Amino acid sequence: MKLYCLSGHPTLPCNVLKFKSTTIMLDCGLDTTSVLQFLPLPLVHSPRLSKLPGWVSKDGTINLEKELKECAGRVFVDSQPEFCLPEKELLDLSTIDVILISNYHCMMALPYITEHTGFTGTVYATEPTLQIGRLLMEELVNFMERVPKAQSATCWKYKEIQRLLPGPLKDAVEVSTWKRCYSMQDVNSALSKVQLVGYSQKVELFGAVQVTPLSSGYSLGSSNWIIQSHYEKVSYVSGSSLLTTHPQPMDQSSLKNSDVLILTGLTQMPTANPDGMLGDFCSNLAMTIRAGGNVLVPCYSSGVIYDLLECLYQFIENANLGSTPFYFISPVANSSLEFSQIFAEWLCHNKQSKVYLPEPPFPHAELIQTNKLKHYPSIHGDFSSEFRQPCVVFTGHPSLRFGDVVHFMELWGKSSLNTIIFTEPDFSYLDALAPYQPLAMKCVYCPIDTRLNFHQVSKLLKEVQPLHVVCPEQYTQPPPAQSHRSDLMLELQPPPMPYRRCSVLGLPFRRRWERIQLLPEVGPVATHLSDVSILLIFSQPPIVQVLPLKKMREACSAVFILSLPSQHGITEVKVEETADGHILHLQAEDTLIQLEEDGTHIVCDDNEPLRTALRDLVLRFLMKL
Amino acid sequence: MPEIKVTPLGAGQDVGRSCILVSIGGKNIMLDCGMHMGFNDDRRFPDFSYITQQGRLTEFLDCVIISHFHLDHCGALPYMSEMVGYDGPIYMTHPTKAICPILLEDFRKITVDKKGETNFFTSQMIKDCMKKVVPLNLHQTVQVDDELEIKAYYAGHVLGAAMVQIKVGSESVVYTGDYNMTPDRHLGAAWIDKCRPDILISESTYATTIRDSKRCRERDFLKKVHETVERGGKVLIPVFALGRAQELCILLETFWERMNMKAPIYFSTGLTEKANHYYKLFITWTNQKIRKTFVQRNMFEFKHIKAFDRSYADNPGPMVVFATPGMLHAGQSLQIFKKWAGNEKNMIIMPGYCVQGTIGHKILNGQKKLEMENRQTLEVKLQVEYMSFSAHADAKGIMQLIRMAEPRNMLLVHGEAKKMEFLKDKIEQEFTINCFMPANGETTTVITNPSVPVDISLNLLKREMALGGPLPDPKKPRTMHGTLIMKDNSLRLVSPEQALKELGLNEHQLRFTCRVQYRKTEFTIFIVFSSSYLVKAWLVLKGYTIQHLPDGTVMVESIVIKVSSSAEEPNTKVLLLSWSYQDEDLGSFLSTLLKKGLPSGLSSM
Repeated sequence: MKLYCLSGHPTLPCNVLKFKSTTIMLDCGLDTTSVLQFLPLPLVHSPRLSKLPGWVSKDGTINLEKELKECAGRVFVDSQPEFCLPEKELLDLSTIDVILISNYHCMMALPYITEHTGFTGTVYATEPTLQIGRLLMEELVNFMERVPKAQSATCWKYKEIQRLLPGPLKDAVEVSTWKRCYSMQDVNSALSKVQLVGYSQKVELFGAVQVTPLSSGYSLGSSNWIIQSHYEKVSYVSGSSLLTTHPQPMDQSSLKNSDVLILTGLTQMPTANPDGMLGDFCSNLAMTIRAGGNVLVPCYSSGVIYDLLECLYQFIENANLGSTPFYFISPVANSSLEFSQIFAEWLCHNKQSKVYLPEPPFPHAELIQTNKLKHYPSIHGDFSSEFRQPCVVFTGHPSLRFGDVVHFMELWGKSSLNTIIFTEPDFSYLDALAPYQPLAMKCVYCPIDTRLNFHQVSKLLKEVQPLHVVCPEQYTQPPPAQSHRSDLMLELQPPPMPYRRCSVLGLPFRRRWERIQLLPEVGPVATHLSDVSILLIFSQPPIVQVLPLKKMREACSAVFILSLPSQHGITEVKVEETADGHILHLQAEDTLIQLEEDGTHIVCDDNEPLRTALRDLVLRFLMKL
Repeated sequence: MPEIKVTPLGAGQDVGRSCILVSIGGKNIMLDCGMHMGFNDDRRFPDFSYITQQGRLTEFLDCVIISHFHLDHCGALPYMSEMVGYDGPIYMTHPTKAICPILLEDFRKITVDKKGETNFFTSQMIKDCMKKVVPLNLHQTVQVDDELEIKAYYAGHVLGAAMVQIKVGSESVVYTGDYNMTPDRHLGAAWIDKCRPDILISESTYATTIRDSKRCRERDFLKKVHETVERGGKVLIPVFALGRAQELCILLETFWERMNMKAPIYFSTGLTEKANHYYKLFITWTNQKIRKTFVQRNMFEFKHIKAFDRSYADNPGPMVVFATPGMLHAGQSLQIFKKWAGNEKNMIIMPGYCVQGTIGHKILNGQKKLEMENRQTLEVKLQVEYMSFSAHADAKGIMQLIRMAEPRNMLLVHGEAKKMEFLKDKIEQEFTINCFMPANGETTTVITNPSVPVDISLNLLKREMALGGPLPDPKKPRTMHGTLIMKDNSLRLVSPEQALKELGLNEHQLRFTCRVQYRKTEFTIFIVFSSSYLVKAWLVLKGYTIQHLPDGTVMVESIVIKVSSSAEEPNTKVLLLSWSYQDEDLGSFLSTLLKKGLPSGLSSM
């Protein structure tokens, strides 16, 4: 059993497990932090961005002014943003049998894996994961295609050139794998390969392995996976949460008794408490609005935004913000809000019971009905005429490199009345803001990451007791910025097996048993011996391993002595006691039968019929035993 | 031999009060717990005294499963759990869990408040009963206990309807509840995988019907409604609040839109709006098309269909009214029917099945004079139309499901005996499987032949694999030798050596020895002969290994051939041939060979 690690990003994993001759890919996360190296894609023409100077090395030997631009003291690539793909060289992607998706954030690389690679397998995901994942992909494609950029920069990627560039571009890794965004056609084709599964559904793969998704509590339809045969069990833990937010709570007990537990997707903000961050978020928002400023919240179109809206629903009445407009701008804003209301089965108990009334599970339905929350596909169209300030805008993309958020950065960045509040933990906010500097706007960093922290995970591992833990190497040491915090790492006995991009780990398994089904026709015969039972399997020809009793000798002799003479006209049997048994001498036939505890020896010279008769007799007797 | 027992307490050769008991692998399961629309006395509910004469049912039942929210499948649930007494788990899907209590409360109100019956379950009992419900998700494997597992499949029929697979070890039963094999305007078609249950328990409402295409029926329906409205008549469509109602509403809504019709459409019960809301929230349970487009246009937001008020019934002019309940046995549909029955311009369309004893059943059978309460008679002048819109599988659909699931036995419930008989013959003929149709209280026993799960040692498996070459040939069975050990309730198949070792026992060897005496001359001939090309080649060809040991012994496989001189007769050589039972075939062949010389047919062996 082997594990191939195709991604080094701990929360956007992509691993391949080879288990009992099946090849299973666990998630295919797309590392989008690479887009921070690119210039933002403005929705409307930006004089500032278009006038940036090109980059030429100090000695003038390298001139990349078409590809690289200098902006606020940093160098950015001027082309369509590119993503860092999972490793494709480690393993032939066409040999992958199935892909298991744990949540919609961890499937964004799917089209790169399933399209144009010869992949012929099946992808398994829950319905919310598929539907919301589709929305996020659609949004990404839309963001890119809305602002077409013909230019594609390639020269800077050459190793000899890259090492001469200024940081952080110089230190960017795996640049050769960076790719532009896929098309909608690829998305549709990739998602057509998805087969829907429900929590605790047992899916048989080729009769060899069974996979089961379990609720992981992180997002709508998010799951951990159990991959097991009758004797081996691998648990794959991806983004999981023990906090009470909107999704169904995490199923912990089913992870018990794992031989190996692959642990990924822990919180990226181990020191930030989500509840505290939510409080900061609300108070900063209120403060800015009261002072007459606008609030910009760069966020994904699904996930934490549901919790933010729910929190605001309760907050705005008390904070007297009832008249402030809230806008949610995304090509998939409407779909995301609508979809969130129809997945009752995947929600926490409280929300589930609302549906029985019947009421929509999320309160944003009421916010929309009362016109407090409005959603628009983009800043163009209705929004531009209906938009009032001061307001709160939720929009993407959280990297600030593309999407409608770019426009608001240009629009509001110059005023210190406005505030940008970062809630998504995926991007460093300083890097995200870099191409907009100098900024007058206030910046508040309230990353909300509900995934497991180190304290929760060590408690969980104590509970479920896996024999071995495999995890990204980042989890085996404290974060580089907080090297003294030994509580921000995994300490286990035996120590976890760390992996990094391109690792191939041999998982410690000793397979000893396999499950087979005995047909009732085989007809095993039960034999009882003092304390254990032994079954003999008869096959053609009957070869039987027989296990004798102590009493065998006596019994055996008796049978011979009783049954032989009558059947074969044997007149004279001489019985001789030996140390280990008996010797029967059939004198007339000149045949010896030596009976001992662990063997019977028939010495019979020239009498084949007698020999076979004796043989059958012995066998019959042994079988009777 | 292990067996599965099935006993219907209701719905055995009948439609109504579905309740089927299944005993499988030592577990007892109750499938559905419904009421009968045709009775107002004790026969309304299943006869639970069959399970036990006194006391509660909890210790006799491992779980109760409700297939969908129709009252003939869940109407007796509060009676069973709260009045007879059952505290174990009750499984149903989320939509069923949401809608079931509302219909039960409706049923209770009609029975207690309108008809004035006492000794009926109360609102509180419905609530207490629903607390025992565990929601089921589609395809989720729910472990009721260590051995019993259940799994729900999509059944179409109504929102949240499910088929269930019940499994203990390798034995299993599938119960369909009510299902529909063709997608309709708001629901998808039932689906199940090839799970090969020991018994498939199927409804058979439309056992003998093969319905024409849905499209024809819809066109027919719209034409009739249109004609009646055009000539100024009123159309009454008795329905149940959830299910067919929504489908027909979608149908009329789109028709009104397209034809720009003006006549009002009403829906009689306050439940409608709520009902439509359930459809909106459980949109994942509807068909593909509605699910795909719900963000742009929610099919359950109707523009032309408005709430009905009692006073509207006397309004002049045409109108279409959907009224509950669907079988005209009580409530608003019956009241409106009484008002409109006398006018031949009007029309009543019965879109579903009517149970015997209901007014719906009577008028469908052409009865023109109805006896009402207070000895009054009602003349039926309005046109009566029957249009099968209820979403049950027809004969074709039932056969299709059998093909899908490949059951070993078939059991029919929820249908009329005569029609069942016909379908039973058809199934037995086409699939050559047994088909049963027990009456209420009658037990069907099916002997099962479960395979025995055994753990095989990987060493043994690998050794066997190695013998058969690199790839196992799936087309060829092969015998393998091993010892099965039954210990601590587990079965393990290991190599004989390992078993002996584990049990601390010795192998019992069976050996044979033959002595053949030769005179010297004969012996020389033998030596020449045995080393002859022919014999050796034959042995080698057959894949036997031949070894020559330094002391002059020859070993063919484990057969020892040894030459010694006889002490008494110096001129004689004695050839000892000794083999164990494992090499019996070769040993006995060689001994014959050595004694009698080469059989004439050897070269062909």
